[in-house]
Amino acid sequence: ERFKAGKSGPSARRPDNSAFKQQRLPAWSPMLTANTVLPFFYFMALSCMLLGVWLLLTVQSTQELKLDYTKAGSCDECFEIHNSASCRLFQGDVFFYYGLQNFHQNLRRYMDSRDDGQMVGRTTNLKNPSTYCEPFIKDQKGLPIAPCGAVANSVFNDSFTLSYHGGSSGPAVPVPLLRQGITWYTDKNIKYRNPKDGNMTLAQVFQGTAQPRYWQKPAYELDPRDPANNGFINDDLIVWMREAAFPNFKKLYGVLYRAKKPFIKGLPAGNYSVDVSYNFPVQHFRGRKQVVLTTVTWFGGQNHFLPIAYLITSCLTLLVAVVLTVAWCKFGKNGRNMEE
Amino acid sequence: MPLNLFEQFQRIANAYFLFLLVLQVIPQISSLSWFTTVVPLVLVLTVTAAKDATDDIVSKRVFFLCGKWMNVQVGDIIKLENNQFVTADLMLLSSSEPLNLVYIETAELDGETNLKVRQALTVTGDLGEDVEKLADFNGEVRCEPPNNRLDRFMGTLTYAGQKYPLDNEKVLLRGCTLRNTQWCFGLVLFGGPETKLMQNCGKTTFKRTSIDRLMNVLVLCIFGFLAFMCTVLAIGNCFWELNEGSNFTAFLPRQDGNEATFSAFLAFWSYVIILNTVVPISLYVSVEIIRLGNSFYIDWDGKMYHAANDTPAEARTTTLNEELGQIQYVFSDKTGTLTQNIMTFNKCSVNGKSYGEVTDSCELHHNKLIVDFSFNSLADPRFVFHDHSLVEAVKLENPEVHAFFRLLALCHTVMAEEKREGELFYLAQSPDEGALVTAARNFGFVFRSRTPDSVSIVEMGRQRSYELLAILDFNNVRKRMSVIVRSPEGKLSLYCKGADTIIYERLHRSCSKLMDEFAGEGLRTLALAYKDLDEEYFNGWKRRHHEVSTSLDGREGKLDELYEEIEKDLLLLGATAVEDKLQDGVPQTIELLSKAHIKIWVLTGDKQETAENIGYSCNLLREEMNEVFVVSGNSPEDVRQELRSEVSPIGKCFPSHPIHFFVLIAYALERGSELAFLRLACLCKAVICCRVTPLQKAQVVELVKKHKQAVTLAIGDGANDVSMIKAAHIGVGISGQEGMQAVLSSDYSFAQFRFLQRLLLVHGRWSYLRMCKFLRYFFYKNFTFTFVHFWYAFFCGFSAQTVYDEWFITLYNLVYTALPVLGMSLFDQDVNDAWSFQHPQLYVPGQLNLYFSKKAFFKCALHSCYSSLVLFFIPYAAVHDTVRDDGKDVADYQSFALLTQTCLLFAVTIQLGFEMSYWTAVNTFFVLGSLAMYFAVTFTMYSDGMFLTLPSAFPFIGTGRNSLNQPNIWLTILLTSILCVLPVVTYRFLFIQLCPTINDKVQVRQAKATPPPPPRRTRIRRTSSRRSGYAFSHAQGYGDLVTSGRFLRRPALPRSSGFSHAGRTTTSFSPMGRSAGYSPTGRPQNAKVSDVEVTSLQMYKTIRDPAL
Repeated sequence: ERFKAGKSGPSARRPDNSAFKQQRLPAWSPMLTANTVLPFFYFMALSCMLLGVWLLLTVQSTQELKLDYTKAGSCDECFEIHNSASCRLFQGDVFFYYGLQNFHQNLRRYMDSRDDGQMVGRTTNLKNPSTYCEPFIKDQKGLPIAPCGAVANSVFNDSFTLSYHGGSSGPAVPVPLLRQGITWYTDKNIKYRNPKDGNMTLAQVFQGTAQPRYWQKPAYELDPRDPANNGFINDDLIVWMREAAFPNFKKLYGVLYRAKKPFIKGLPAGNYSVDVSYNFPVQHFRGRKQVVLTTVTWFGGQNHFLPIAYLITSCLTLLVAVVLTVAWCKFGKNGRNMEE
Repeated sequence: MPLNLFEQFQRIANAYFLFLLVLQVIPQISSLSWFTTVVPLVLVLTVTAAKDATDDIVSKRVFFLCGKWMNVQVGDIIKLENNQFVTADLMLLSSSEPLNLVYIETAELDGETNLKVRQALTVTGDLGEDVEKLADFNGEVRCEPPNNRLDRFMGTLTYAGQKYPLDNEKVLLRGCTLRNTQWCFGLVLFGGPETKLMQNCGKTTFKRTSIDRLMNVLVLCIFGFLAFMCTVLAIGNCFWELNEGSNFTAFLPRQDGNEATFSAFLAFWSYVIILNTVVPISLYVSVEIIRLGNSFYIDWDGKMYHAANDTPAEARTTTLNEELGQIQYVFSDKTGTLTQNIMTFNKCSVNGKSYGEVTDSCELHHNKLIVDFSFNSLADPRFVFHDHSLVEAVKLENPEVHAFFRLLALCHTVMAEEKREGELFYLAQSPDEGALVTAARNFGFVFRSRTPDSVSIVEMGRQRSYELLAILDFNNVRKRMSVIVRSPEGKLSLYCKGADTIIYERLHRSCSKLMDEFAGEGLRTLALAYKDLDEEYFNGWKRRHHEVSTSLDGREGKLDELYEEIEKDLLLLGATAVEDKLQDGVPQTIELLSKAHIKIWVLTGDKQETAENIGYSCNLLREEMNEVFVVSGNSPEDVRQELRSEVSPIGKCFPSHPIHFFVLIAYALERGSELAFLRLACLCKAVICCRVTPLQKAQVVELVKKHKQAVTLAIGDGANDVSMIKAAHIGVGISGQEGMQAVLSSDYSFAQFRFLQRLLLVHGRWSYLRMCKFLRYFFYKNFTFTFVHFWYAFFCGFSAQTVYDEWFITLYNLVYTALPVLGMSLFDQDVNDAWSFQHPQLYVPGQLNLYFSKKAFFKCALHSCYSSLVLFFIPYAAVHDTVRDDGKDVADYQSFALLTQTCLLFAVTIQLGFEMSYWTAVNTFFVLGSLAMYFAVTFTMYSDGMFLTLPSAFPFIGTGRNSLNQPNIWLTILLTSILCVLPVVTYRFLFIQLCPTINDKVQVRQAKATPPPPPRRTRIRRTSSRRSGYAFSHAQGYGDLVTSGRFLRRPALPRSSGFSHAGRTTTSFSPMGRSAGYSPTGRPQNAKVSDVEVTSLQMYKTIRDPAL
């Protein structure tokens, strides 16, 4: 019996007459009527159109130069390639990327093969990396690898020097690139930290660990001149450790330093050369490597997809709106379709 | 608790998730962290365990109720008192009444309302009330094994070396109620499940809804589909490993040098884990919660609360709600379900003049109109009549009117009991007869007492005694009864009352045949006639009568001939109209339900005439149903023959005359003719099955369930309905009455038949709509969620990499999308209740399974497929080659995961907005709250603190801050939302314009108009065609009982003149036990209730009311 305490008398079991229990809660019942749907569609079409055009104009103002240098690996020392496709000033901040194609940073086992605990500087993890790092936990001698895992092991190790050859004459001027500040703030300052142990130097802390198998130098020697860019907080390492979502990706290598002439306004038109120290092997997995120079806007890099997608959506919406208007005029306007 | 866990894992769904958990423990396969499965599983198990616990408590309560009956054992001797239920099959030993008679009401068993007599053996009757003697009673009963025949019993009693036969007349069956008998003793023959009633109860089966069954099929299909997807991806993995992976081993060496095929095998299981969300773990638990919520609405519904007996509706089963929206057949009991079991004297026609009108309850001013009977101190204060002219006629001593009431006071088999001077109790064997005698009493012709050869009445204050010379008893063939009396003045008369058609045939030629006006109103008409007899003729007749009564062979036929001979050339006095009072709103309910394409079959154990009559008065049968088919064969062969011959004419004329009704007598259910019966019954507009036993009721239901694949509902109030209540998909019990068996085995219970319309058309429809919307949306959101993984597989080397953050996978179903969809499934209503009643056609889509079917499911899957394509490829194209506005990374895995999951959440939330047609504040709060929750949880999970606490569990640190401040991320989210919504809106809008459903139409109307006024309770007028039947609940044999004198148990009080008594008198009318709760003048709590219509009715009540 569902008698309620404090209730008695002949109507003790009468249900409460509350709006909730009687399902009479005040409510808004929206309906798809011509008055709401059709204006909405036209409005959508128009706003998508405007947005698309605006984005397109924005994207058009960015400049991008891509250079595939995969084949350069066939030459032993270094390789020069001439490309005169673009002859305009790269205005504003210019970003220098390296790109990889067909490199699967997004394989599950590859992605899992890292130890964030080690990279955040936990000394226990440094000497005793997580089993996720399999099969790059320990080297042949049984020393723990730091940084462990497949991701860190396969870090991209080509290096680039960009040179400006002026208008026509003169010696090549190396284009100054900022090689720091190319990571997310959170990565640089929170996610990656060097292990600390009293006053010991980084090399001492790393004592008893091995460098990753494919590395030429240990982690504490990545940038010996700058402690803020050494060890786990080396910018190149951090950029690499932020795994790409897709097999074709590009990663930031450096930003144009615009303090000195002639780079104050950006990269002036002219001849440039890139010296590549070619270390990273891609041929065996049919990968491609490229360097990318690009400028950005508030909308990011050069990305034509969204503007075009908005324009297409706008057209589609408009088309649908017209069809719906016709359908409504023919059937629904006089309300005859609502009769029984 | 461990036991509960074990039981839960027996459920296939939970076992599946346990299996997934095991898979995740294997490191080579584990594609998700353990918590993604553990957290939902623990939650689901907890909720289910809590629900099971409450269910256990409920079932224990029921168990306790049964406890008392369970202690009764075979061989016990039980004492029963008046108005008690018989709880086991008993052999009657002794009783308080003379000749060891007891009176019982069997309405619970067979729906008949008349009293029946049982008589104990003389040997046992002598034991009397002496407990010691009874305890020493040492006899042996041999009888048939337990069976379900209610009308037959065979056995012998061996007592003191002597054998006595036992038959049905000496047995009280469980389910009867003792009436008009102070006490009796009985020996338990069968107890508990062996009783005939329980043998008739049918099996209790676990009921599941059709949605449940469909869901199981779909889940199996989904499993198949899951296996298919995983196979495709595993094959993809195999190829990828062969072509690409083998070249990539430098960066990612294969474990233990595994081959590509083995890797594919592992990928298969990994994808089983990732894609498991197509079979959502929370589906079953959410469905249960929704059903529970919708059940509570039924419990809470103030419009299904019956104030007169303080009974709210109750959803006793919480798992069947949506099936209430799909009912195609309603099987209803008659007595106590459609009718109140109250007879009222409504109208009469005397000498061609009609008195008493049926008042419309809307325009009732009863205080002014009620006839004042204060001139008559013996009147029953609760008798109500609205036509003053009749009283005037009585007071003016109109001879015809006086003769009319004199007949009513004389010609009956009612017994009067006068415990105190002036306090009359009438014991009538049928309620209609009681109503007539009480009417006569109030109009000044008070029947006071009878002896075997006299009847004492008070005629307008004068005490008169009539000599009772003969009672020509009622039987089913004669459909009339007569008495022959000699008045105090010495005049010899025959008074006859009976079915009008029968009486008309026997009228004197001079008599005009008047009066046929009430017949059309569903009232039981009875014609009254008399004739004065010639002394000489009567003496001759009397002699022959005596001879015939004592002859041995062919007595009955000869008696009938004799009766026939004297009952002719009658003079018509008038006619009476008695209303078998229906429950409130029954005709309107039936009309509404039939407009909703629900077929209503009445199954009753009662007689054909009674059932047919009720059929007319409750609007189930209408005058235009002119072709009546009655299948009434007495043997299986007859029935088969009849069915064969009936089907063909109906079949032929079916297109032109689609209106029939069909009355079936029980034998048609014999094996072999079921299908013919069903075929015939389904051709008819209305079906009434009479004389069916409880088990046959269940058979009819099973038959329809099995061969029509229809969803059935059975509604009843008595123990005889238990079997069909159990057999039907939905069983409904009428509660608030004495008997509880029907309610205890029912799924839903409420106090009035008319609440059925609200249960079905409002609660049922909403529940079905909500459940279907829920399932459609639930499958949509999970499929969309899962398919995105499928597309991503083509980009991540089929390596079982997830698209989303693991925490998002864990919380998506539990936190981010759970409450909005639950809110929708608990609050949604397309049109409100008033409009649902206004347009009963809204119910039809449920019967046709339109809202959720395999087709709808397939559409859902296609829609999900589209959405997932948009949700994966738009973000992919938008970010794969771009960077942030400061040149840094945005195409990384973590940003992409965040982007996709945000797009997904927006898309499914907006989709929910389109599904929802009733936005209450709660819904809005849930929807917006869940979105807010998503961002709050996401930013928490991606915060520095969480990462520093557990770096490996929260690797997404900073992703929120770094991605969600990018304009192109938000532009991508906007674009995916637009593209997901666009086709949905277009499709729906086009459909509304081109071929709107009934829901759309009513919604538009609801938006435009104010709610319609509640449907007026108009009395449904019928064209007049005559139906009548005398004493519908009357049985033969009472005449003999009356004249034999066995009936008289107390000496009549010494009598003074009737009008000299001080104080009011009361009639308490015992026979109709079950109607007591409904009589507005009955129990004290009923007295103040104003919403019960009081019309010009005489209400009877059963339980002796100490207050009066």
